[in-house]
Amino acid sequence: MHALAKKRHHKAAPLLLVVVLLALITAIGAFSATSATATSEASADDIADGERLFAANCASCHGLDAEGQDGVAPSLVGVGAAAVDFQVGTGRMPMQASGPQAPAKPVQFTQEEINQLAGWVASLGAGPAIPTAEQVDPALGDAANGMEVFRTNCAMCHGSIGGGGALTQGKFAPSLLETTPTHLYEAMLTGPQSMPVFNDANVTPEHKRDVIAYIDAQRAGSPGGLSLGAIGPVSEGLWAWLLLLGLIIASTVWVGARSS
Amino acid sequence: MGAKVNSAAAGTANYVDERTSIGGFVKFFARKLFPDHWSFMLGEIALYAFIILLLSGVFLTAFFVPSMTEVHYEGPYETMHGVAMTEAFASTLKTSFEVPGGLLIRQIHHWSALLFVAAIMTHMCRVFFTGAFRKPRELNWLIGFSLMVLALAAGFTGYSLPDDVLSGNGLRIIDGVIKGIPLIGTYISYWLFGGEYPGVDIIPRLFTAHILIVPALILALIGLHLFLVFLHKHTQYPGGGKTHKNVVGLPLFPVYTAKAGGFFFVVFAIVALVASVFTINPVWNYGPYDPSPVSAGTQPDWYILFVDGALRLMPGWLFGLPLEWEILGYTISWNILIPSLIIPGIFFAIIALYPWIEAWATGDKGERHVLDRPRNVPVRTGIGVAMIMFYVLLVIEGSNDIVASLFHLSLNDITIFLQWAIFIIPPLSFWITKRICMGLQRKDRELVLHGHESGTIVRHENGEYIEVHTPLDEQEVWLRVNYPNHKPLEIADEFNDRGVRRKGYKWDRFKQKLSRFYYEERVEPVTWEEYQEALHHHDHGPSAQGEAEAAEAQQADAQLTNEWDKQDKAGAADK
Ligand code: HEC
Ligand code: HEC
Ligand code: HEM
Repeated sequence: MHALAKKRHHKAAPLLLVVVLLALITAIGAFSATSATATSEASADDIADGERLFAANCASCHGLDAEGQDGVAPSLVGVGAAAVDFQVGTGRMPMQASGPQAPAKPVQFTQEEINQLAGWVASLGAGPAIPTAEQVDPALGDAANGMEVFRTNCAMCHGSIGGGGALTQGKFAPSLLETTPTHLYEAMLTGPQSMPVFNDANVTPEHKRDVIAYIDAQRAGSPGGLSLGAIGPVSEGLWAWLLLLGLIIASTVWVGARSS
Repeated sequence: MGAKVNSAAAGTANYVDERTSIGGFVKFFARKLFPDHWSFMLGEIALYAFIILLLSGVFLTAFFVPSMTEVHYEGPYETMHGVAMTEAFASTLKTSFEVPGGLLIRQIHHWSALLFVAAIMTHMCRVFFTGAFRKPRELNWLIGFSLMVLALAAGFTGYSLPDDVLSGNGLRIIDGVIKGIPLIGTYISYWLFGGEYPGVDIIPRLFTAHILIVPALILALIGLHLFLVFLHKHTQYPGGGKTHKNVVGLPLFPVYTAKAGGFFFVVFAIVALVASVFTINPVWNYGPYDPSPVSAGTQPDWYILFVDGALRLMPGWLFGLPLEWEILGYTISWNILIPSLIIPGIFFAIIALYPWIEAWATGDKGERHVLDRPRNVPVRTGIGVAMIMFYVLLVIEGSNDIVASLFHLSLNDITIFLQWAIFIIPPLSFWITKRICMGLQRKDRELVLHGHESGTIVRHENGEYIEVHTPLDEQEVWLRVNYPNHKPLEIADEFNDRGVRRKGYKWDRFKQKLSRFYYEERVEPVTWEEYQEALHHHDHGPSAQGEAEAAEAQQADAQLTNEWDKQDKAGAADK
C-alpha cells in the first residue's frame, strides 16, 4: 500500500512539476502588472534597492529571480511581504547552516532594508502584506478569546502559554514570549517551515489580534511568582528535588556538622 | 584577606552573642536537634511534608467546589473572562485570585506534595541501601511500600481535581490504560467515570478519594509505621559498641521530641519560602478541561512521569509485528498493557518483596539492627542502583519533549536511544556498582592490614626506603571488619540415602542459585588472625619506644578481640 503510493507519486511528479511551473509563470505575468497596487508603501526606488539586496544576499539560494532552486530553497513568488518581514525580521533569513530547521538568530538588516526586500518580493506576486499597527495592537484584542483560540490552534506545538515545545526530528516550535506582535501575526499568516498557515478564513484577523493580546498578557509574568520556564510539571519536579529537598537535606547536614 | 573576613565574622557573632546569648542557644539546639545521621531524617521529612499537606489541604477544602456543573467565569483574571468551565475549575481560580492567601496555600500544598513523594523515595532508598528492611523490619518495609503507593494515589487524585486541561489529559491517559485491560477494562472505566469519559461524576469521586479515603489510609499506616519503628527501635550505623543487641542513641523524650518539633519548622519554612517565590501548577495557563486540545509539555507531576515514559518508549510494532492483537473480537493492546501495567507491576512487586528475596539468598534468620555499609553488600547495592537507573531513564523518556527542546536534540533520536538504553544501562550500572563496591571493600582490607599512608618516608639502615603507615584506631578497624560475611547456601542433596527425591528440593535449588548470584563473588572481611599477623609484620626494626607502643596497642586490641569474637559468635548463632 505504502510502496504503491510512493511509486504512483514518482510517475506523476514530473507532470505535476510542469503544471505547477506553467501556472507559476502565468501567475507572475498576471501579477507583475498589479504589483504596484499590492505593495502600495514600497516605492519603485525601494523595490529596485530590494532587488539589489536580494541579489547580494539571497539569490545564491533562492535564485536571482527568486523562483527558488530544487533542493536548495523554495520559490518566493507569492509568499508576500509578510513572509519576508517575518523571515528576515526574526533573523531566520538569510539562512546559514542547514539543520532540521532554520533557527532565529540576530537580525542582519535594518527595518528599512527589510522593507525594501519585502517590497521587491511582493512585487513578484501578490501575497499577504505586512500587518498594520492597528491589526496587531494587543490593547485592542480580547485576551480571554485569544486564550481559547490559542489553546485549540497553537498550544499543541507551542505549549500552553507559548513557552515552546519539541516537534519530531529535531524540529521545534519556539517560545513566543519574546516575539513582537507583528511577527506573531505574520507567523500565523505565512506558516514558517513546519508551522501550518492560519489564513484569515481559518483564524480571522480579529482572532489573530486576540491571540496577540493573550500572549502579551503572559508577559506580565505569573501571579504565582517565578514561572520556572513555564514548561509544566517536569521543571517543577526538578526544582522540588534540587531546591526543596536539596535545601532541607542541606540544612540537616549543616546543623548536624555544627553540632559535632 | 581570609583571616580578616573571619575575624569580622567572629566579631559580629560575638556582638550578637554577648547581647542575646544566642551562642549557647545554638549550641544547645545544634547538639540536641539532630541525630547521628542526616539520612535518618528522610522519613521525618516525609512525615512533616504530610502534616503540611493536611494543614494546607484543610484550608483548600473550604474553598474548592467538587462539581462539574458548567459556569462562566466572572472573576478578576483577565484571560478567563466569560470562558465556560466547571465549578471545580472556577473555584480553583477563585481560591487563587480572590481568597486572601489562597494562592500561597495552593502553592504550599502542591510543593509539599512534590516534596512528600521525593522524601518518601529517598527515605526508601536509605532503608534499602543500608539494609534496614531486614528482620524484624520486613513488615514495616511493606507498610512503607504501601505508603509510597498511597502517596502516588494521593498525588494523582489531587492533581486531577482542578479540572484543567493538563490534568484532564492525564486522566484521559489513565482512562486509556484502564480500557486497555482485556475484557473488564471498559466496564471498569464506565464504572469509574459513571459512564462515557469524562462524564460528570469523576471530580466528586476523586475529591472523596483525595480528601477522605487516601489520607485516612495514609494516616493510619503512618501510625502503624511509626509504632513499629518505636517497637523495633531504630537501627544504627555500624561502629564500635553498636551490636545487633543494643541501641546507641539519644532518649526519645525529651531530646528527640524537641528536636523533631524544631525540625518541623525548618521544613515548613523552606516549603513556604519556595512556595512564595515559585509558581506551581498555574492552572490559569492551562485553561479549563476540554477533551480536544492537548498542549506541548503535557506531563503529569514528576512521580507519575515514569508511567508516561514507559508509554512513550513502547513501540507500536516490534520486528514488523503489530503489538495490538485482535482475538475473538477483543482487542488486546500489548503496546499499552506492557508499559503501563505489566512493567510497573513487576517493578513495584520487586520493591515490595525485596526483603524476602534477599532473605532467601542469605538464609539469615537472625535479627539485624546494625545497618550495612552499602559497599559491604555489593549485589544489593548494584540492584538498587540498577533499579534507580531504570526509573530515571523512564522519567527522562517521559520528559523527552522537554529534553529535546532544551538541548536541541531530535525527539525521535532520544526515544530510539532510550529504547536501547533501558536494556543496557541498568545491567551495566549493576555491574559497575558491584565492581566499585568490591573495590572499596578491598581498599578497606588494605587499610586495616597496612594502616593509613602517612606520607612520611623513612630510610632504614640497610638503605631500604619505606613509607610509614599509621595503624587505624579501634573505631576505624571496627567499622571495616564487622560485617556479615555471607556465603552461598549449601543445600541438602536431591536424593536421600534411600534414593527418594526430597520434598522442597527445587525450592532449595532456586534459593541456592539466588544465593550464588549474591555471594559467589565476595571480599572477605579481615579476620582476627590476619589482623594480628599484619600487626606483627609491621613491627620490624624494634626499638624501646616501639615496644612500649606495641604493648599499648596490644592492650587496646584485647578489648577489640573480645568484641570481634562476640560478634562472630553472634553471627554464627544467627545462622
Ligand atoms: C543558504 C540558503 C538561503 C539563503 C542565503 C536565503 N534563504 Fe530564504 N530560504 C532558504 C530555505 C532552505 C528556505 C525554506 C525553509 C524551510 O521552509 O524549511 C527559505 C525560506 C524563505 C522564505 C519563506 C518562504 C515561504 O514559503 O514562506 C522567505 C520569505 C525567504 N526564505 C527569504 C529569504 C531572503 C529575503 C533572503 C535574503 C536575505 C534569503 N531568504 C536567504 C534558504 C536560503
Ligand atoms: C504544527 C505545529 C505548530 C502549530 C500548530 C503552530 N505553530 Fe507556530 N511555529 C511552529 C514551528 C515549527 C515554528 C518555527 C518555524 C521556524 O523556525 O521557521 C513556529 C514559529 C512560530 C512563530 C515565530 C516565533 C519566533 O519568535 O521566531 C510564531 C510567532 C508562531 N509560531 C505563532 C504561532 C501561533 C500564534 C499559532 C496558532 C495560531 C501557531 N504558531 C501554531 C509550529 C507550530
Ligand atoms: C508516608 C510515607 C512515610 C513516612 C511518613 C515514613 C516515616 C518514617 C520515619 C519517621 C521513620 C524513622 C526515621 C527514619 O529511619 O527515617 C521511618 C523508618 C522506616 N521506614 Fe518509613 N516512612 C514512609 C515511607 C516508607 C517507605 C516507602 C518505606 C519502604 C518501602 C519505608 C520503610 C521504613 C523502614 C523499614 C523504617 C525503619 C528504618 C530503620 O529502623 O532504620 N517507609 N519511616
